[in-house]
Amino acid sequence: MPKRPTGQFSAASMADIAFLLLIFFLVATTMDIDTGLSRQMPPYNPDQEESKDQIKERNVYVVLINSSDQILVEGIPMDVHKLRENAKEFIVNPTNKDNLPEKRPTEIDYFGEVMVSKGIISLQNDRGTSYGMYIKVQNELIAAYNEVRSEVAMQKFGRHYGDLPEDKQDAIKKYYPQIISEAEPKNIGGN
Amino acid sequence: MAKFERKGKGGLQEISTASLPDIVFMLLFFFMVSTVMRETTLKIEQHLPGATEVKKLERKSLVSYINIGKPKGATFQAMYGTEPRIQLNDAFAKVADIRDYVFAEREKMDENERPLMTVSLKVDDKTKMGIVVDVKQELRKASALKINYSTRKVEAIE
Repeated sequence: MPKRPTGQFSAASMADIAFLLLIFFLVATTMDIDTGLSRQMPPYNPDQEESKDQIKERNVYVVLINSSDQILVEGIPMDVHKLRENAKEFIVNPTNKDNLPEKRPTEIDYFGEVMVSKGIISLQNDRGTSYGMYIKVQNELIAAYNEVRSEVAMQKFGRHYGDLPEDKQDAIKKYYPQIISEAEPKNIGGN
Repeated sequence: MAKFERKGKGGLQEISTASLPDIVFMLLFFFMVSTVMRETTLKIEQHLPGATEVKKLERKSLVSYINIGKPKGATFQAMYGTEPRIQLNDAFAKVADIRDYVFAEREKMDENERPLMTVSLKVDDKTKMGIVVDVKQELRKASALKINYSTRKVEAIE
């Protein structure tokens, strides 16, 4: 070994050490950030039967998925790709049709008194439905809400929904409340 | 006439490698900071479904995971069959175990953060809804009501 004056050392191996560590962290890294669809479930209450009978039929948008992943919307078979447009029409009810949900006047910040739909979406699936299909339907229903919300954000505030401050987002959430109710699954047709 | 002369006496000049450690250290720190170590080994097959309306899951410390899918590989399939199973942490579990798991996870959290607990369901897209529904019912009984269906981000659904 060559003798060095005290207080000095070779920095040549520093790069090797750093490379070693770097390669370890490169291999051990997983960069994926978890993403997903967030939902809030209702509290468990076995005594209380769901009382659907007070809600008028026109206010409920029934989506059924059977065990062979077919969709029935309001009694009509539908392709999953058409679901979004159809759900949007139900949520907005632009021409106040008789068979689409009623509206009631509500006071909302920034909007004043506006007519807010009473519509709720009821999603029912079979125990044999595939999870992939279930997520697709959930996704389309959430997408329908997101689209109408961003349309009204554009109209009212001239900005995208995601860019708005929280209080304005809350106002829009009240304008188009997202109500997706999930009934307990039954065996609806097929095995 | 002026001549252009090569500096030095032929051969290439060496590049100083003194700054190499600095560059490497910079990269090293970047990866150290961004690394998330895998906590559990998956014993199930898991191909997550795609969705367009996804949101990022923030605050990892508030999230507990439930994995559902077919046992992976021949060894696990020989032991546990090919029907979808639930995996909690590192072990296969039954639907009845979920409540204890939720309570145990909740116990680990700060008291003021417990209401914010989210359960992330990482379910293979070929799984039937039956087992997912059972899990959701159990979660409701354990009052873990905030759930997140883990999905990949895609541009359009198939």
